Amino acid sequence: MLNDIIVTENLTKNYGKIGAVQDLNLNVHSGETFGFLGPNGAGKTTTIRVLTTLTKPTSGRAWVNGFDVVKEPDNVKKEFGIAQQHMSLDRDLNVKENLQLHARLHHLESSERKRRIVELLDYVELTEQADRMVMALSGGMQKRVMIVRALIHRPNILFLDEPTVGLDAQTRRRLWELIRRLNRDGTTIFLTTHYIEEAEALCQRVGIIHQGRLIALGKPLELRQKLGLFTVETLANNTDTQYHYFSDRAAAKSYVQNLPPELKTIIIRESNLEDVFVELTGQKVSED
Amino acid sequence: MLNTLRDTYSVLWVDLRVLRRHWLRTLATSLVNPLLYLVAFGYGLGSGISFEGYSYLEFVIPGIIALTAMTISFSGAGQKLNVDRLFFRSFDECLMSPISLYSLIIGKALIGVVRGLISSTAFLLVGFAISPSLKINILFITVLVLSCFVFSFFGVLVAFLAKSHRDMSTVSSLVLLPMTFLSGTFFSLSQIPEALRIVLYLLPLTHSSQCLRAATLGQPFPWLSLLALLGFGVFFFLASMKVLKKASV
Repeated sequence: MLNDIIVTENLTKNYGKIGAVQDLNLNVHSGETFGFLGPNGAGKTTTIRVLTTLTKPTSGRAWVNGFDVVKEPDNVKKEFGIAQQHMSLDRDLNVKENLQLHARLHHLESSERKRRIVELLDYVELTEQADRMVMALSGGMQKRVMIVRALIHRPNILFLDEPTVGLDAQTRRRLWELIRRLNRDGTTIFLTTHYIEEAEALCQRVGIIHQGRLIALGKPLELRQKLGLFTVETLANNTDTQYHYFSDRAAAKSYVQNLPPELKTIIIRESNLEDVFVELTGQKVSED
Repeated sequence: MLNTLRDTYSVLWVDLRVLRRHWLRTLATSLVNPLLYLVAFGYGLGSGISFEGYSYLEFVIPGIIALTAMTISFSGAGQKLNVDRLFFRSFDECLMSPISLYSLIIGKALIGVVRGLISSTAFLLVGFAISPSLKINILFITVLVLSCFVFSFFGVLVAFLAKSHRDMSTVSSLVLLPMTFLSGTFFSLSQIPEALRIVLYLLPLTHSSQCLRAATLGQPFPWLSLLALLGFGVFFFLASMKVLKKASV
């Protein structure tokens, strides 16, 4: 498609016998927030590592803004910025120096470096922290620094690998606001997460990955519609929770009215992406 | 070409900032070992000994400079790289920047060279004060700089190969430490039986110390050793490139 900014074609990555990613075919539209949803170990980080040129595919191909990740890595590197899952700032440097390093490595001129760093620190309200060593910052602040660092060279794409893992609910909300703002300001965002609410809150389209394979791709609403927009959960005494899906609330209600009375708990609610995942795989996304 | 130079400087810049923060402590700690060797062996054991027609002090000072250049360059280049790679995992940032592998490796090696030169020069000044007959000439400086490069590239190579911090210190114990004592640093190799001497000539520090000593004492210069030293440098550099290229697979 013309405005696909990330494309993979039968992308496969094996580590020895382990098939981390298998025959992945996905596309991300320019300007959207795309979510890659799946449990830990599903292949999300591996996919990002291929797209960010850190590792080469075993077979298949991938393009970032038209550049082949294997054949034109230097061009690819100019197209994206990434905030990795782990704290990847240089701990021997302070906030400003970390940003300066990135700016230098991406060939910004000296005056532009200064300007951009001031601008970005202001964007995320971290101007006061510029001279502090990164280890003196809270987890949320470190994340914000990693995100603006990724944006210094004005990339078209921002990769966020599990952006809110380990953060408290309030910090998470703030980061979500930042991510929404970045998307509104024109950056395509590719994020990976194992948090259903995060995928639902931020992403216009999601790809669900399970054991290295893409098992669903589309808008969250579409995926839920395919399953049934409403879920009825029933819990009896000695059995596991049963799930049934219906296309509208009326159908769900009429099903409930016909249920035997000994059922202890009956819940009618909207379906979510976790339901989609469970139905497709028999497992929950968030095993923890 | 200009891009490569600029990128190499960017890589070096990080370590220079770190060095700037801790320069006094870095300098002081790097001088402890050589000064101890000087006092213990140079004065303590060595007074009254002479090798190859020179007083022991004249003999041992270039040897200590060589081993200082080796240990400081090796750890200067290798330590932060190893920690960043394995533990902090902040090395990916460099790998995802549009810079060449050359810039990355040479930039990382250069901090070893900078630190090695600072420490050896500091010790050299001490040595000069003690033994003013030491000659500092172009040959001496060339050998010193080359030695720093050789051991810096070795440090970069080991930092890439090491699978844990224990690996780095294993190399220190099994490779650097024997070289420190046996590579013609504290005693003349003419004292050693032929068979062992041949083995010692397989070690880069042996060539480094022989060349430094010859340059500074005005002895006939072992050009073959200089060539060997250059060969080691090229080998460690190419090996580092190969390992780093394979790493992105």
